[in-house]
Amino acid sequence: MPDLIAKPPLAGRAALTLAGVTLAMADPGQITSVAPLKGQDKALAKALKVLGLSFPAPNQVSSKGDVRLVWTGRDQAFLIGAEPRGLDGLAALADQSDGWAALRLDGPGAGDVLARLYPLDLRAAAFPVGRVARAPFNHMSSILMRPGPDRFEILVFRSMARTAWHEAGAAMRALAARAALG
Amino acid sequence: MRITCPLCGPRDRREFTYYGAEDYLHRPAPDAAPEAWDAYLHLRDNPAGITRDLWYHETGCTAWLLVTRNTVTHEILEVALVAGRSAPKPARGRRAAP
Amino acid sequence: MRVAGKGLVDRSTTVSFRFDGQSLAGHPGDTLASALLANGVKLVGRSFKYHRPRGILTAGPEEPNALVEIHEGNQQTPNVRATVQEIFEGLTAQSQNRWPSLRHDLLSVNDLAAPFLSAGFYYKTFMWPRAFWEKLYEPAIRRAAGLGRLSGRHDGAVYEKAWAHCDLLVIGSGPTGLMAALTAARAGTDVILADEDARMGGRLLAETGQVGGQSGPDWVAGVLAELAALPNVRLMTRTTVTGAYDDGTFGALERVGLHLAPQADLPRECFWRIVARRTVLAAGALERPIAFRNNDRPGIMLAGAIRSFLNRYGVAAGQRVTLFANSDDARQTARDLHAAGIRIAGVIDPRPDASRSEEFPVYAGAEVIDTAGRLALSQITIRHKGSVTRIETDLLGLSGGWNPTLHLTCHMNGRPIWSPEIAAFVPAPNAVPGLIAAGSAAGMFSTARCLADGAAAARRALAEIGMSAPDMPVPEAEDGTYELQPLWAVPGKGRAWLDFANDVTVKDVRQSAQENFRSVEHMKRYTTQGMAPDQGKNSNVAALAVLADATGRGIPETGTTTFRPPFSPVSIAAMGAGGRAAGFAPQRFLTSDQASRDRGAPMIEAGLWYRPGYFPRPGETTWRESCDREVAMVRSTVGVTDVSTLGKIDIQGADAARFLDLVYTNTFSTLPLGRVRYGLMLREDGMVLDDGTTARLGEHHFLMTTTTAAAGQVMRHLDFVQQAFCAAWDVRTVSVTETWAQFAVAGPLARRLLSGFVETPAGLPFMGCAAVRLGGVAARLFRISFSGEEGYEIAVPARYGESLFRDLLARAETFGGGAYGMEALNVLRIEKGFITHAEIHGRVTAFDIGLDRMVSQGKDCIGKAASRRPGLTGPEREQLVGLRSKSGAAISAGAHLFTPGDTVGRATDQGYVTSVGFSPTLGAWLALGFLKNGRARIGETVRLVDHLRGIDVLCEVADPVFHDREGVKLRA
Repeated sequence: MPDLIAKPPLAGRAALTLAGVTLAMADPGQITSVAPLKGQDKALAKALKVLGLSFPAPNQVSSKGDVRLVWTGRDQAFLIGAEPRGLDGLAALADQSDGWAALRLDGPGAGDVLARLYPLDLRAAAFPVGRVARAPFNHMSSILMRPGPDRFEILVFRSMARTAWHEAGAAMRALAARAALG
Repeated sequence: MRITCPLCGPRDRREFTYYGAEDYLHRPAPDAAPEAWDAYLHLRDNPAGITRDLWYHETGCTAWLLVTRNTVTHEILEVALVAGRSAPKPARGRRAAP
Repeated sequence: MRVAGKGLVDRSTTVSFRFDGQSLAGHPGDTLASALLANGVKLVGRSFKYHRPRGILTAGPEEPNALVEIHEGNQQTPNVRATVQEIFEGLTAQSQNRWPSLRHDLLSVNDLAAPFLSAGFYYKTFMWPRAFWEKLYEPAIRRAAGLGRLSGRHDGAVYEKAWAHCDLLVIGSGPTGLMAALTAARAGTDVILADEDARMGGRLLAETGQVGGQSGPDWVAGVLAELAALPNVRLMTRTTVTGAYDDGTFGALERVGLHLAPQADLPRECFWRIVARRTVLAAGALERPIAFRNNDRPGIMLAGAIRSFLNRYGVAAGQRVTLFANSDDARQTARDLHAAGIRIAGVIDPRPDASRSEEFPVYAGAEVIDTAGRLALSQITIRHKGSVTRIETDLLGLSGGWNPTLHLTCHMNGRPIWSPEIAAFVPAPNAVPGLIAAGSAAGMFSTARCLADGAAAARRALAEIGMSAPDMPVPEAEDGTYELQPLWAVPGKGRAWLDFANDVTVKDVRQSAQENFRSVEHMKRYTTQGMAPDQGKNSNVAALAVLADATGRGIPETGTTTFRPPFSPVSIAAMGAGGRAAGFAPQRFLTSDQASRDRGAPMIEAGLWYRPGYFPRPGETTWRESCDREVAMVRSTVGVTDVSTLGKIDIQGADAARFLDLVYTNTFSTLPLGRVRYGLMLREDGMVLDDGTTARLGEHHFLMTTTTAAAGQVMRHLDFVQQAFCAAWDVRTVSVTETWAQFAVAGPLARRLLSGFVETPAGLPFMGCAAVRLGGVAARLFRISFSGEEGYEIAVPARYGESLFRDLLARAETFGGGAYGMEALNVLRIEKGFITHAEIHGRVTAFDIGLDRMVSQGKDCIGKAASRRPGLTGPEREQLVGLRSKSGAAISAGAHLFTPGDTVGRATDQGYVTSVGFSPTLGAWLALGFLKNGRARIGETVRLVDHLRGIDVLCEVADPVFHDREGVKLRA
């Protein structure tokens, strides 16, 4: 029997801080895609209630403590940070924990970094704290969350983690060079 | 160009993949005459004015959209979910207003 | 010369720079143009065609003449406008389009040859002999033409792209733009104020008039201070809004680092996409020259530009100044110069009733008819009251009136409207939805009107989006009237320039009309008027006025050419910012990536993925040696390869099986639990979309695999079929490609490798699947094969991928096996006749690949009806066959097939080759390809011809399955 060793995406990558913005890899914990099955809405709502959650409307996140149910597309949400207990048969469930790399951007200039990566309106009125967007990170499919005013969390495909890091880092370096001009 | 996705809200064109005319939604019966299949697959209008075509929100919510737009003014008049077109929407009623 | 007490540049600091090797000094705030003029440099370039000496015509982005090269190490940027480029310490600029030097340019002989170089000379002169075009004419013209040169070296600089969103975008920060921005900002809306200049304020920085009892620059500073302090305002200097696009999207180019010596990481430029709910276009107006004989000498400048250089930069561009203008506007230039102590030698005004002046001579009803001075203006000739007079002068200011800067309003096909009152085009209302042109850009030419219109435009824009703006007093300012007598070209002999940048004269435009290129669009292309870097900003209106006159039509009937984006040149590097090298496309790395590289595997890009090509062993010197060994290894012992790139789609729901029956040609509802089936997917037009295996993991749970190449396409297709045709069905799909790392273990010893390693369910049959455990890790085991050997694929959560790959390899090596790469994988599948997207390239049917029987008769599926169309089945189709080189010579993919004895040509083409490999198993070159009526021709000989690679080989037509046709090994 093999003794398999787990390795997170971009294992060992140290956080990068430039001009007050920090880019770091994050571990969001278990991720399960939850797609409600036909006719199971009420039962699913009930089962989610037990977890303290409700199925989110588009672009919304339902959360309780560290557990989040994040809207991730048409008829689909990701349960992040908990096992999908009690949801069997009510929703199509698929483990996604290993499919995604999570990046975190923190700091007052985080929005400026993202303005170089996303074609999105990220002004507070359009994308307030607690919101999620399914949107392209340059050419990559991604899930963008805003847990705080100056904090963003990004999920990209695991295989593209290096590109995501490279592109976020490039945006940060350019912004830092601009900031240095005063 | 921007398309207001009924689920995601207003987004830049680059998030969407164009497919073709609305005609693709009207699939003939399997035993329909070859002419019907020919029309379905190949015959398209090329209107100067209002047209309806299909777009896929590929890097967004992956919904297929039926977009009504004006080819002359580029105005987008309506964006609807392809899935919501004939079948009744799921009764969850939790979708945010566009 | 600098004028004491004038200008906004910082005289306390000196900046040194070089122009054509000469070291010069300027001050912070100077453009290269103002600094050159301050140093008395008038000659800055040579014209495009005639290589005429040229000076600075304007003080802004519309400059047609003063285009220079900027040198920054490896970077060499041609055609930089000296009127835009700010100076910095160490700036190195060079004039262009001259050799050997600016003062002595050999190609100025073109000027003497001018009679032969008139409009259309290319089309007339270089037509014959035809063979000369490519060898002689074109290279010669290319050497002579063009302006600056690129370095020819890699541009290693950083460029940036970014998005911005706002409620109101204000383009231009003159009086109109500042009032619009202030009005909207005070209302609390999100405002972006963009200006191409390094310093905001527009014409107010260049005028001496008062605004609200303050000097223009002081009033500007006050407004900017207020705006800068507001959190809802973004001020973007050095940012040119270059294009208006649909739905409030604008392109804008920011010069981030071009005003500084290069710095690591600092972008040179940033290309912005700005999305605005409403926009106020306050881009001002551009002054236009007047055409007359020899009106292009250094020292001839626009009257407003002279004022800008004087008032903003403190530079007198001449000492003995004349002005030629058809409105009172240029009088301000004379007054400002006079007040600064500079001599005005005369104001030449074509209006007979032009007002007199106490301060300087005015020649009413007069025209300039010629000029003199080889490298700089020394004299003008005027016609006044029927006689001809010469006036000594070193600076002639021109003003033929002003054209509103309405370019952006035309970017969405809007056509401007002719306004006879100002003899200029003005923007059509709503030409760009959501954009309001205001102030001078809308044809209002007094400061007071601009201020008021800016505020009004902002209020209107805000009202349209349901917001209100507070009432705000409009500061008092100059409110003069603007009356002009249109004058485009002074009649007379000689060449009178319209388009300075492309050397287009009045004569050229008239000739164009004469030769029946009468439409303005034809005239443009025939003469090249408006096609230079300035895109006709200085010449369009005058040129079409001359054309209108020549054709006897009015200006409105003649119309304008189409203004298209960009308003100013945009570097390709800025538009493609970040898209080079690692930024070109996402790079997808396998979990086994490092393990493969550790073993020396060169990586091959496959789609976005990086996959190992082969795993070289000591002593192997070519990829073929490694590939041959790996193929033999899989056939004799066991090989391991990473197949995680295959698309994996999780499909669940009560209608999942029914859904698969619709998208696959064959039936999946009958697939037993724990089994895998090969499936073929068609497009609705009957062509093959993709193939792959699908496993049944549960009653209502399937796992589909797609090819690597078509993973995205299949997902899109499934989404379409589901949402368009069966939205009410209970079926849910989600990609799990990235979740699982999956490895193929193939070869006669595959089972031995796995036993004891994986708790294999005893007797997992061919095309079976099971959930297994690998130590403590839940995994999936499939008995499928893409090699023709007994094969398994084992999938674990991606975090364990690298570890499992290393373990599998170590174990395989104890059996004499090891890793195999893409090259071997390809040979193995060719030997076995398995297809990839080399074969299912979008033009083949199930019939073509011999899988017609997989299109189920008992049910409908996507593509079924169309696949039955006439012409898609039958002997005339090119059908999948195997090919074996008869002589042992190498063959190639892309080659075409012919019947031996036929002439080789398109008419006799019998098919083509899609995949090729050397089979160490059979000791022969094998291929897959498509041959007309191929299945009936097995055993025949065909001729394989590849003109590109010089290959001409006879091949035997064979069944595509060369290896283990009965599948004994698979089912072992």
